[in-house]
Order: sequence, then C-alpha cells, then structure tokens
Amino acid sequence: MTTLQRKTHPRTLSRFATALIAAAVMGASAQAVAQEDDPIKVGILHSLSGTMAISESTLKDTVEMLIEQQNEAGGLLGRQLEAVVVDPASNWPLFAERARELLAQEEVDVIFGNWTSVSRKAVLPVVEELNGLLFYPVQYEGEESSENVFYTGAAPNQQAIPAVEYLINEVGIERFALIGTDYVYPRTTNRILEAFLKDEHGVAEEDIMVNYTPFGHSDWQNIVSEIRRFGEEGKPTAVISTINGDANVPFYRELANQGIDAADIPVIAFSVGEQELSGIDTAPLVGHLAAWNYFMSVDTDANYDFIDAWIEHTGDEEAVTNDPMEAHYIGFNMWAEAVRKAGTTDVDAVKDAIIGVTVPNLSGGYAAMMPNHHITKPVLIGEVQDNGQFDIVWQTPSTVAGDAWSDYLPGSRDLIADWRKPMECGNFNVVNGSCGGSTAAEEAEAALAE
Amino acid sequence: MRRFLSLGLLCLVLLSTAMTAQAQSDPSTPDDQAALALLSALDVNSYRDKGEAITAILQSDDERARDWLQALLDGRLQRADDGRFVLVLDNRGRDWPVADALTKESLGDMSRRDLDRIGINNALRNQLRSAIAVVDLYSPNVERRRSSADRLLGEVDGELAETLEPVIAEAEDDHVRMRLTQAVAIYRAEQGEMAGVEALTGSLHPRARVALGRAANSDDPIVADAAAAALAGIEQQLKINRGLETLYFGLSLGSVLVLAAIGLAITFGVMGVINMAHGELMMLGAYTTWMMQQLLPGQPGLALILSIPAGFMVAALVGIAIERGVIQFLKGRPLETLLATFGISLILQQLVRTVISPLNRTVVTPEWMSGSLVINDALSLTLNRMYVLGFALVVFAGLMLIMRRTRLGLEVRAVTQNRAMARSMGIRATRVDIMTFALGSGVAGLAGVALSQLTNVGPNLGQNYIIDSFMVVVFGGVGNLWGTLVAGLSLGIINQVLEPWAGAVLAKIIVLVFIILFIQKRPRGLFPQKGRAAEG
Repeated sequence: MTTLQRKTHPRTLSRFATALIAAAVMGASAQAVAQEDDPIKVGILHSLSGTMAISESTLKDTVEMLIEQQNEAGGLLGRQLEAVVVDPASNWPLFAERARELLAQEEVDVIFGNWTSVSRKAVLPVVEELNGLLFYPVQYEGEESSENVFYTGAAPNQQAIPAVEYLINEVGIERFALIGTDYVYPRTTNRILEAFLKDEHGVAEEDIMVNYTPFGHSDWQNIVSEIRRFGEEGKPTAVISTINGDANVPFYRELANQGIDAADIPVIAFSVGEQELSGIDTAPLVGHLAAWNYFMSVDTDANYDFIDAWIEHTGDEEAVTNDPMEAHYIGFNMWAEAVRKAGTTDVDAVKDAIIGVTVPNLSGGYAAMMPNHHITKPVLIGEVQDNGQFDIVWQTPSTVAGDAWSDYLPGSRDLIADWRKPMECGNFNVVNGSCGGSTAAEEAEAALAE
Repeated sequence: MRRFLSLGLLCLVLLSTAMTAQAQSDPSTPDDQAALALLSALDVNSYRDKGEAITAILQSDDERARDWLQALLDGRLQRADDGRFVLVLDNRGRDWPVADALTKESLGDMSRRDLDRIGINNALRNQLRSAIAVVDLYSPNVERRRSSADRLLGEVDGELAETLEPVIAEAEDDHVRMRLTQAVAIYRAEQGEMAGVEALTGSLHPRARVALGRAANSDDPIVADAAAAALAGIEQQLKINRGLETLYFGLSLGSVLVLAAIGLAITFGVMGVINMAHGELMMLGAYTTWMMQQLLPGQPGLALILSIPAGFMVAALVGIAIERGVIQFLKGRPLETLLATFGISLILQQLVRTVISPLNRTVVTPEWMSGSLVINDALSLTLNRMYVLGFALVVFAGLMLIMRRTRLGLEVRAVTQNRAMARSMGIRATRVDIMTFALGSGVAGLAGVALSQLTNVGPNLGQNYIIDSFMVVVFGGVGNLWGTLVAGLSLGIINQVLEPWAGAVLAKIIVLVFIILFIQKRPRGLFPQKGRAAEG
C-alpha cells in the first residue's frame, strides 16, 4: 500500500477514491434493488430417487404447491418465492453436500427437507455451520433440539405415548408386542415405551414382546404367527408397530392372510399413513390403528380445501394427503408468518420472530411454535377403513406441545430446550443449571447409538 | 357385552313373529319416525352411547335392523347434512352414490363433504359382529349360520347357553352343530363343569385352551386334573402343528428363493455370465403384472394369469437386448460384465422411477389367492404362498424339461461344455447364447410375476433379491439346476427354523455365515459338477 501511495499522484488518488465510493454506493443501491426484485429462494431437500423417493417425492410436490399458492396470493414481503430443488438420492452423506450447496451456492433463505433421522443428523452440522433454517416434517425419536432446525413432526410424547395410553385406557389392552424395523427410531421409541409400560402401568416383562426386522423385510410368516400365539393367551393383546416404509405392505398382507382381525389383535402403527396404505387392499385391515397428528379424513373445510388443491396440483384424482404433508403446510405457513413479522428473510431475525407464531393446522385447531423449536399438535388415533382412509376414533382434548427430551429415559429426563434469549440452549440441564455442560446429552446420544 | 347378546336373542324370538305381521303393513310414517329415532341415537360422540343405541336397534322389531347394523359395521351408514340417514353404496372418489337408509331408494351421488359417517371403533365392531351373529343364527342362508356359529366361540354366557341348546339340537349343518357345541362347552368349562372339560378335550381352538386353563385352576380337584390332562394333550398336538407350520413357512420362503435364483442358475450357472441386472428383470416381470391389471380392470385373476406369459416375454426381450447390447462384447471378462450389468440395473431402476413412478404400485391379489386354507384350528396355510410354492415347482419342472428334453437344452449343454467343439459340430453358438440368456431372463420375469403377490412392486424390488439369488446358486453348485432347488428350499427352511429364537436379523446373518463356511469346505457347492462339464 505504501508503494502505491508513493507512486500515485495525489489527484489521481482522490479521483480513484471518488470512483470507489461511487461504485460502492451504486453497488449498494443495486443490491437493494436486487433484494426487492429477486425472488425469495426456498430450498427443497427431499430424495427424488432411491429408497426414500417413495415417501419424500410427495413432500417436494407439497412444498412446490405451497410456494405456488403463496405466489398467487402476492408472494411474501412483495417478493415472489422460488423453489430450488435438489436431489440427495436417499444417500445420507449426499444430504449434507446438497444442504451445503443450497446454503452456500444457491443462498436459499430456508430449507424444507429430510425424512429419515439419519439424514437429518447428516445435515445438522451443515445447517448449524452456515446458519440456515431447516423445517423437518416427520415424526421422530426426539432427543434433539437445534438452533437452526424446526421440528414440525411429532416427538414421541405427541404420538407414541398418547397412543399407548389410548390402548390401555380405552381398549383395555394388557399385552404388548413391540414390532419394529431395526434402526434408531424404532429402537429409541421402543426403549421409551418399554420404560413407560413397566414404570407407569406396571406391565410385566412376559407381557411385552419385542421384535426387530431388517429394512424392507418381506417374509413375515413366522413373526405374524408368533404374534398370533402371543395373543392367544387369554389377555387382550395389541401390536405396537414401528415398522418403517414399504415392509408394512407384506406385513399387513400376512396379517390378513393369517386371519388376524383388528378386533382380536389390533395393530397400532406410527409410520403407516395414507401413502403407505395406498399400496394395499385395506378391506382385511379395517380396524387396525394408526397414531398421527393429522389424517386425510379430518372433517374440516381447511382440510378439504387442502386436499382439493393437492389433487389439482398433482392432477391425480386418487392422490392422498398425509401427516408429514400437513407438517410442511404448518411449517411453511409459520415461516411465512415469521418472515412477515420480522419484515425480512434474514435467518437470525426469522429465528427470533418464529417462536410463539401460531398458525391454523388442518384439523381445525392451531399450531404454535414452542421455544424448543417443536410445535403443538393434537394427537389423533385412527382406524383403517376399507377405502384406505382412517376413521378418527379418539383424539387428545387439546393440543400437546412437543417435548424434545423424553421424560422416560434416564439421561434425557433432566434436559430442556429453550431458544429464547437469554437461555438460548438446546440441552439445558435443570438439575445443575448448565447448558450442555452435563454428560446428559452424550448419554442420550449413546442411548440412541445403542 | 354378553348381556346385550342375550337380550338381543330374546328379542329375536319376538322379532321373528313381529316380522311376519309387519311385512303385511305398509311402511307407515310413525314406523319410519321410530326408525329415525333409533338411528339418530347412533349419531352421538360417545362410543358408549352408540353401543346402547346398537342394542336398542337390535331390540327393535324393525326388519331393516340387520341391514343397518351391517352398514354401520362397514362404515356405510352416514348422515347427510339435511339430517337424513343414507347408505353409501360406494365410497371411492369424492362423490359417492347413496341410498336412503329407511326407504332404500337411490338418492344419486352426494359429495363427501355433505356426509358424516357414523364412526365406530373396535369395541363396537366386536359388539356389532356378535349382534349380527346372533341374528344370523336363524338365517336361512347356511353360510351366514356357519360364520355366526364361528363367531359365537368364547362369546357365550349362561343365558345364551340355555338359548343355544335347542338351536344345537335342531341344527341341520354339521359345522354349525359342532361349533355351537364347542361354544357352549367353552362356557361350561370356564364355569368349572366337568362336561365342558370333557367336550373340549382335543380341541385346538385358542379359546378352548384359555377355558381349559381356567378350569385347571378350578377348586374341584377332579375337574382341575381332567383339564390339566386335556391341556397337556392339546399342547402335544400344538407342537406337531407348529412343526408343520414352520416346515410350510420354510418351504414357502424356499420357493421364493428358488424362483428368484433359478433364472440366475441358467445365466450365471450355465452361461457363466454375472448378471447384476437379474433382480431388475424380476422387477420388470412384477411391473408387467401391474400393467396387465391396469389393462384389465376388475379382473385381477385373469390379468395375473395372462401376466405369466407376458412377464416372461417382457423380461426375455429385455434380456436379449442386454445380451446383444452389452454382454456379448464382454465375453470372458467377468469383472467388466459385473460392472456393466450393475450399471444396467441402476438404469432400469431409474427408468421405472421416471417413466412410471417412484411410488410402489398396487398389485391386487385375486380373491382365490387371499386368505388361508384351514387345516385345523391351530394350523392354516396361507393360500398366496401355496400358489407361489406350486408355481415355483412348475417353473422348475418346465426348465428341467427344456434343458433335458429339447434341442435347445442339448445345444446349451453342448456349448457350455466345450464351445469350440460345439461350434465345429455346426451349433450356432451365438444363437444359443441369445436363447439361453433370454430363457434365464424370462424365468426372472416369471419370478417377478409371483413376487408381485408377496411383496411390494416398486423400483427397488430387484435389489432385495439379487444377493439371495447369488447365494442360492453358489450354495447349490454352479451350473446345477437340482442344486438350486435343494439349496433354495433348504436355506428357506433353515432360515424359518432359526427365526423364532434368533430373530429375523440374526437368522439372516447365521445363514450367511453358514454358507461362507460351507463354501470354504466345498467350494463347488452342494452338487458340484463332475466330469467334463466341470471347468479346470
């Protein structure tokens, strides 16, 4: 710099400086103009190929539909929205890469994405490092709360626990078969449920049967016949199913073929929705149960409007809606509301503004964003009908707030999450009063990894 | 619950007399008003009140009661916005054809927005089924009487037992009489009566076992001993049945493995081509089934049968394309073949995803393939798997015939044993290659047709079976069709025997380890090829 000063004539220098300032001013105004005219970018991070495409591709379409609707209504802050779609191809490390691409290159303002917990765990460090916003729409095992992630699906206390209470109190079930796919969500959920059944309801060890099967398991003969025998001991028996994805189709088919009727041994599922049922003839399954926070059969005008819009968007008369789609509907509207409230799409401003934002859900109530980045949801129990829909037989009297850290696991019992100032902590230990200072978080992590 | 049944039954006697009287009088307005009141009582939120309303309907002397209860059970009894009760005739789509519940007159189509379903839960479903069973006990239709008698097992109480005695005495149908006798015996055994225990000896029905279990704890030592002895006998019987069941499970899993592997036994075993796209050829067969069902709506059975030749052709044609397009240029370079065919498998998968859909397709199981064949109360064999087992054996027999009895089979064997010699004898080796690969691929297509009845039809169908297929072929002995059959069936049985005590995940691992150890000992598999056919 000194050499430059020595060599340059003072007048040239001043002229140079003026030019610089002018350029800067022009640049700034250009940028301001760009901000007003440029569309708001919404990233969509859902697999469009590979195993998870079956579930995730409809969520991509959902967000696209919501963006279209928002644009027709005049956009947001006077700007149009634009979808940026990437395909992580059901490949967990690729999720992290694609998230980085969305945040660093495309500079999206928000991301809607992920389905499996393992893909969310892969994306988490990227979103935190680049300070993005991620809306995660699927029911999950809990034990997590990130500053940059908003969990619009159910935590275990919004699905599994009320479902089991329904079975015990309303149906009078005394024996439980916990059947699940062998990975983190079913194992954690079943650990929570086992602890809950034994400690809170005094269910004996021999009245609980636990069984895990690999992903995509298709030969259910033995397990179904074992369940049948388990249920023939004279006590009312139910199956709690955390079987994931399309392994459900052969499972239910085998149940029907072996003549297990819902009136004898009901199966309550946490991962089976309208989408999964659209692959099977449901006549033999009538009466089996599912616990969700939304069903397509919810009888409200908002829901019928949503379904009509969805059918129009997909052009498929038979198209079904499901719980994660509603979660995206809620998440999208919450984000839009927070952006309106903050007057900007700036991540930090939106993050602060969104806590406490309340938007209508599709079941006639309201969803509020809690300080732990989970939302309030009603819990619905539905029975399968012969047309592939669920008939709602029970629901919680009011909405339930999502609990990031389960009250039934040692380790996570003492943790709370609160992202409001001044606490701003995702794993605050109420016993020793420190944020993440205890080993509880790691203990919970280790419990998950087991 | 049982009280409802007895009440219902008492009323039924009144009902049957009332029915004849009522049939003559026109459905008058006061009658319909009473009916409307009965149905309106169902339109409440509490399931307990609904249960009482159902009892009221059962006790009313209305001849439409059974129809209403059945419609309620099926979820077809709904209330329109104008307060009328309607029966929904078809609940697919957004507008449903409906009929008036009182007059049964058609009311045309109504939007589902304007209809409210009278919801029921599993408890009410149980109550309704039992109520309908009690009504059906007197039905002129023998099928209804039979299912009614089946239903009443374990549902009998003192009053109903009394009422059933004359019904049993008058029953014309053997099945009805046998079931009702059992039903009453279960009640008697639960009461600790010796007659009940004696009647239940040898019965495999789970309700009978539970009743005997209770009788075994009876205060009367004679009854308790008799019940315990009966239980011990039943346990023995159950063990045998359980063994048979496991054997059937094993054979059925084995037949799936055989079907999946047998095509590979030809392309890999006989021709020596490592075809990683074998699973995708199966997937194409399954999609052909789906396509046929789309072309022939309402006739899933016919479509399935037509899919057998169609699936074979589609997979065979794709197989020819793969052979001509890629494999012929890679002769004798197994690694390149493996990579190239793996690439083809990914292309085929993504093709299906883009052209058809990433979502699984629904393949309907025809009526005659669903349900199970009931051998006795403890053993029933699922029909779809029985058909697949039979189909696998037929395909195997067909292939054996082709390989042993036809000119093609002879040429194939000649070319694989000594290509140069075969060619010099005038066999067109290239043509034989094409035909063999087409045959193996076509059989994969057949496997796909069968799998569409057991598992999901989706782009990933093939991936789930490719490893198992190679495992079976290698275990059975490369190049030996009998080996594939024996290996497939025995691996199926081993897997199903292990599964109950090791769990599905561990059972798979144990089988895999077993095969690895076996191959260490006998690298050429169960049935090694001997003589000139053996390489090197």
